[in-house]
Amino acid sequence: MRWDFASVFTNTDALLVGAIGTLHIFVICLVLGLSLGLVVGLGRYARTPWFRWPATAFVEFFRNTPVLVQILWFYFALPMLLPFEISPLAAASLGISLNSAAFSAEIYRGGIQSIEPGQWDGARALGMSWGQAMRRIILPQALKRMTPALTNRAIEIFKMSTLASAVAYVELLQQGKLIASLNYNPIEAYTTVAVIFFVFLWPMVQFTYLLERRLRRSE
Amino acid sequence: MTLLRVVGLTKKFGPHAVLRGIDLDVQPGERLAILGASGSGKSTLLRCLNFMEMPDSGTVMLDDKVVGRRESELVRVRQRIGMVFQQFNLFPHMTAIGNVMEGLRTVRRFPKAEARARAGKELARVGLADKAETYPAHLSGGQKQRVAIARALAMDPELLLFDEPTSALDPELVGEVLNVIRALAEEGRTMLLVTHELGFAYHVATRVIFLADGTIHEQGTPDEVLKHPTKERTRAFLARHKEFSL
Repeated sequence: MRWDFASVFTNTDALLVGAIGTLHIFVICLVLGLSLGLVVGLGRYARTPWFRWPATAFVEFFRNTPVLVQILWFYFALPMLLPFEISPLAAASLGISLNSAAFSAEIYRGGIQSIEPGQWDGARALGMSWGQAMRRIILPQALKRMTPALTNRAIEIFKMSTLASAVAYVELLQQGKLIASLNYNPIEAYTTVAVIFFVFLWPMVQFTYLLERRLRRSE
Repeated sequence: MTLLRVVGLTKKFGPHAVLRGIDLDVQPGERLAILGASGSGKSTLLRCLNFMEMPDSGTVMLDDKVVGRRESELVRVRQRIGMVFQQFNLFPHMTAIGNVMEGLRTVRRFPKAEARARAGKELARVGLADKAETYPAHLSGGQKQRVAIARALAMDPELLLFDEPTSALDPELVGEVLNVIRALAEEGRTMLLVTHELGFAYHVATRVIFLADGTIHEQGTPDEVLKHPTKERTRAFLARHKEFSL
């Protein structure tokens, strides 16, 4: 068998467009997923059932159903219920963000619960409100402990972005598929896509290791 | 004017009644030492006074005004009452001066420079001006507790609650913390102190309270309660404490 990477490289502009598409959806899902996850995670921790119950339902629903199905559902089924069309980017972002929110909510909840009750005591004794204590005392410490788990989440989101190709959103895997179908070289095209993912992710992970070390300075 | 008045305070944890009706008046400048065996409700009583624990019944009055149960009101009351914990509860992600500044910045909304100046003064008062930029992880237990005291003092509390402030310390570090508390006593600050240091209580307190079974079993001047206790249980408690002293 003969390798045909040459025809992959003649399509670098297609890959570049795909890479931009991947980064685009990644940033959206990272920001939406992790921030919504914080809200849901706090809801899971709330004392009033009015927050806790919906948060729990959200987590269980989105954690225990396949993201791919969620994306397809948002793309094909949601427009039947709503009076407007939904773009591939919006459908895929919704699916991936909500799924990531469900998973990261559990990371936040665990991280917050791992902080000693004495920290709440110390903050409340100074006259801090719940929100002030959470923002100034509890979350900064919890986030530090959660960095490795949240890094995992970010990597997962980056790779999940390939699922957006199911609704023909232009990202790396979608472009790989295109190149493969034009040149009949799926192995080479998909291998190249995998290498590009590694090239993006590896430095990102190194950066979070650096961040973890910096955060540990106070210990 | 009575600074703090407690009437009929009760608190249960599950089926276990920890406080069974506490009545207590504290005048400005008084220093109360609260003694009692473990499980007698000393810490719970202290924690109910600034509503770190919610009392089941009874009232707490500050300056003759009943404290309600709305969270916003409790937050304001806690700003007026300083608390020092057995386990220090310093914020590990902040330096010593960061810990002392935190209440001023977040709660009192002081500008940064002003908060820093004030915090520096409080650290100097507890003899830790040179540790301002040190993180709690690099402080000894005694130093941590002194930072915690400075943190409470920075808020200008009208009342200070000490919950066994030296119980978690190595014996050789107890003195430095007691000296700081003694200096506060000499300034005439109002304080409630849960402690096992009977000698310290004798010399520093203006009144001693002995708790047993969630009630005030005996109270009086340090001399009355510690030297001439009238109740059998107080005597037994004191005898156990003196068993190993020289």
